[in-house]
Parts: sequence; C-alpha cells; structure tokens
Amino acid sequence: MPAVKMSSLERVLATLGHNEPDRVPLFLLLTTHGAKELKLSIKDYFAKGETVAEGQLLLQEKYGHDCLYSFFYAPVEVEAWGGEVLYFDQGPPNAGAPFITGTSMLNSLTAPDIEHTPCLAKVLEATRLMKKSIGDKSPIIGVVMSPFSLPVMQLGFEAYLEMILHNRAQFDQLMEVNISFSVAWANAQLSAGATAICYFDPLSSPTIIPRELYLQTGFPVAVEALSRINGPTATHLASGRALPIVDDLAQTGTAVVGVSAEEDLAVLKEACRNKLSLLGNLNGIEMIRWNENDAFTAVRKAIRQAAPGGGFILSDNHGEMPYQVPDQVLQAICTAVRQYGQYPIQDGDF
Amino acid sequence: MLQSGQERQFREALISSSDDEARSIIWKAKEDLKLTRLEIIERYVVPALDSIGADWHEGELALSQVYVSGRICETIINELLPEKRVDPGSRPGIGLVVLNDHHALGKRIVSSVLKAGGYSLIDYGIMSAGQLFQRIREDNPALVMVSVLMLSSALEVKNAISNLADCNCSTKIAVGGAPFRLDRQLWLEVGADAVGFSAADSLKIAEQYLGGVE
Repeated sequence: MPAVKMSSLERVLATLGHNEPDRVPLFLLLTTHGAKELKLSIKDYFAKGETVAEGQLLLQEKYGHDCLYSFFYAPVEVEAWGGEVLYFDQGPPNAGAPFITGTSMLNSLTAPDIEHTPCLAKVLEATRLMKKSIGDKSPIIGVVMSPFSLPVMQLGFEAYLEMILHNRAQFDQLMEVNISFSVAWANAQLSAGATAICYFDPLSSPTIIPRELYLQTGFPVAVEALSRINGPTATHLASGRALPIVDDLAQTGTAVVGVSAEEDLAVLKEACRNKLSLLGNLNGIEMIRWNENDAFTAVRKAIRQAAPGGGFILSDNHGEMPYQVPDQVLQAICTAVRQYGQYPIQDGDF
Repeated sequence: MLQSGQERQFREALISSSDDEARSIIWKAKEDLKLTRLEIIERYVVPALDSIGADWHEGELALSQVYVSGRICETIINELLPEKRVDPGSRPGIGLVVLNDHHALGKRIVSSVLKAGGYSLIDYGIMSAGQLFQRIREDNPALVMVSVLMLSSALEVKNAISNLADCNCSTKIAVGGAPFRLDRQLWLEVGADAVGFSAADSLKIAEQYLGGVE
C-alpha cells in the first residue's frame, strides 16, 4: 500500500507499470470547457496557444484531475494540410469538406512543415507553456490522428473505404506520406513538453473494419508509426470497440487503449491484464444529463471492474468530454474517484 | 429472418464483399424460382441487411461490411428492374440529410439500404438545422432521416423539430448516428419520432411511416 500521496505523474506512471498507485488516476479529457473557464467563444479560445494553456491549467486547478490535455480539435491536422475547419458555438470544431478531391492529388501530396504551420505551432506553444508551468508534476497528453484514420478527413469516409478495399497501391502511397507527418507531429509535441501521445485511431476499431482487414492495414501502419515516436503512446479508438483486437494492439507497442462505453470493462480488464492499461470508459454522451448520483454510480462501477492491480486510468469513452457536460457532474466524478478510488480498492464499498 | 440456405449464402456473400456471388444467387432465384423483384427484396435483401445491421449493432460485424453489403444490394436491385417505388401521392417520400458534418458515410449506408429495399429518396446532402427546417417546409416530405456524428449536432435536431411543430408540419423525423447509439434516451429528448440504431432500422422506420414497397 503506497505510504504517501503521489503526484499526478507518479500516479500515472505507477498504474502504467501495472502497479497500484495511491489512488486511481483520473483524466478529464476536457477541450472546449477551457473556453467556458475563460468566458471566450470556442473559436477565440482555440485561436491562441496561450489561451488553451491557461484554460488547461485552470481546469486542472478546478478539478484536480491527473493530466493536462494539449489537444485542440480533431481537424487541426486537416487545417495544417490546407483543409477547412468549421466552428460551432456549442461543440468542438469539425472538419470541412475533404481536401483531397481526386486520387491524382496523391502524387503531389506533401506533408505540412510543422514549425511553420500556424495551427500546429499554436498547439506546440500551448504545450510549451503548460510544461513551463506544471513541470514534472502532471503528465501532458498530446494527440495525433493516426496515419490510418486521418484520411477519413482528408478524402472522406466513403472514398477512403473504397481505396482501402480496392486500391491498395494508392493506400500505401497515402500511408507513406501520413506516417511521416504523424511521426514528426508526435515528436514535435514530445519535444515541446508532452509526456505521452494519444494516437487516435478510430478506424482500426472492429466497430469500423473487421480484424482481418485491420491486420492488413491499420495494424502495420501503427507498428511502424509508434516505433518511430520518441515517447510513450496510448491508442484511442474513440468510442469504437476494442476487445477483438486487444492482443494486436498490444503488439503495436502502445501502452494504453482507450475503450468504449459499449464494452464490458471487466471483460476488457481480463483481456488486457499486464499487457495494456485501460483508459475509459465513462459514457460522455449520457454524462450531459447525469446527476451526482449517476456520476458516483458510474465511477464506482468502473473502479470495481478495472482498478484492482493498477493498469487503469478513469476517463470518458471518447477522448473528449462534450461541452454540455455540467461542472457539477465533473466535480462529482472527481469526488467519487477520491472516495472510492483509494488503493487498495475496498470491495466492501460496493 | 433468413430462411433457406440460399438466403444465408446471400448474406455471407455480402459480408465477404463477394459482389459476383451475391449477384449470382439473386439471378438464380429470379430465374429458377420465378421470383419478382419485390419477392427478391422481401426474401433476400431486406432480411440479409436486417441481419447484418443487427450484427453490427451487437459488435459482431464492422461498419465497412454494412457499407459494402448495402452498396452491393443497391446495385443488384437496380439491375433487376428500373426504379418503381412507393408512391405516397404527390408528396415526396423520404428525405436524407447529414447535419453539420462532412462525415456522410452513415447517410450513404442508409441510402443504399433504403434503395435496396425499394424506396426512392431525396438526398438533402449536408445542412444546418436551420437549412433543414426551411427545406422541409418547402418540400413537405412524409419522412426525413437525420444522420449526425457529433453531440452538438444531435442537440440541434431539437430546434428543427420544435420549429416544425410550431408551423404544424406533419413530416416525421427519424434520427441516427453515434450520439443516439451511445445514449438511448437522446432521441426522445430531442423530440424525434423514431431512431435507428443501425442502417437496417431505416427499413422498419420507412415501412412504419410510408408502408411497404409497391
């Protein structure tokens, strides 16, 4: 039993080593909530690295959770390639129309220069500011879209599926460019101060493609990309199912898998024990209408199912909590973790 | 329900993306059993797509398999006969739309499934809730199926439905997409008339509000 209170970083490192820390680590993967804290529109909030860094630091001070999240919005990488970003008043920015409109464009496709691309530079600036403020007390989680999943925004989902199914040469050509970019983007974030990289790879989930196809496509892409990223990685399937591929994910070199609210956390725990740590799986969509009791019940259930033995970080199931999740629900989640997440986990509490 | 070996083979051909095998099974049924196009839809296409959609919903199949299955069925049905669909009088039938999102695969799959099931569609493409409201007022379709990916878009459906109610519009609104699958109460909260948890549910919803294929 740990004798002293750990820092957030110590707590996370202990659990990733499949040991029991002082309590269950909690990642509130908040993005747009920072805009609320600073009373800014979502568009204005994401316009500068300084505001996102300030927002993240305020959110951690408010909730006391165990990470800073340097993720801005999913289409920041599309923006870097020249694509359009659509802003909304009540939700995260979304990708505009696909910017690769014909396969002939693949021949001239070149990856953005990271340091000289403003939308990426502001993410790096936010990361540097967070690191300067927090030091080694708390992990900073950076994000890259996987080279395999990014084309959903580059080409559009249907065109990309057709490419995967019917034109493997073009697929390989696109993956070569995307892998180079993703690796460089991840390593730039690590150099700026990110502790680890969340590798968002929803397309690899068996919810989207069958395992057999994943083994021919997303799996080798992940093996190559993750081997070239100079730091620890967590693979997030963004609400997609993971169970049929957890052994494959473990072989990609990732340390963590972000899992779906649609799967049984206890079953996942057994499948991943001592191979992968679990990140999840509170239902972020239902969370918008939870009351405090709902939050306590969900947190207790997740802790009972996945916390014993370590290898578990409590979080949401998608990798981003919706803007509409109220403060009192977030506070209730934090209180519940402190009440029920102290190691050793007390079965009697349930 | 899939009844015969041939019907089950058709389903397996769809899952394994075997266009030629699926087409061969259907043409054999048409020739040997003298099945009409409607009988083929009812005996082969709808049960197979329904079963595939249910298996995706349960995590047994992948979305890419649902997509390919719908596309193959759509192609085969179009090859059987020129389109002759439900005629809801002078009123347009089913509108399809994606709200605020260029992730249109869900709408594409629903479109394939409904076309394979014999329905004609109006594709509204990508719209905001305000644009959708205006378009429904102009067209007065019997049913609109709204696909969303993001929670903020799902919540916007509520505004469109509220505005439609205010002007006594009788168009029924069905919703689908990830937020509605992850929160089974959300469709009621936004005031939708129906929800589809998989593309195959769109056939049941269409039948409920428009009746079967003629």
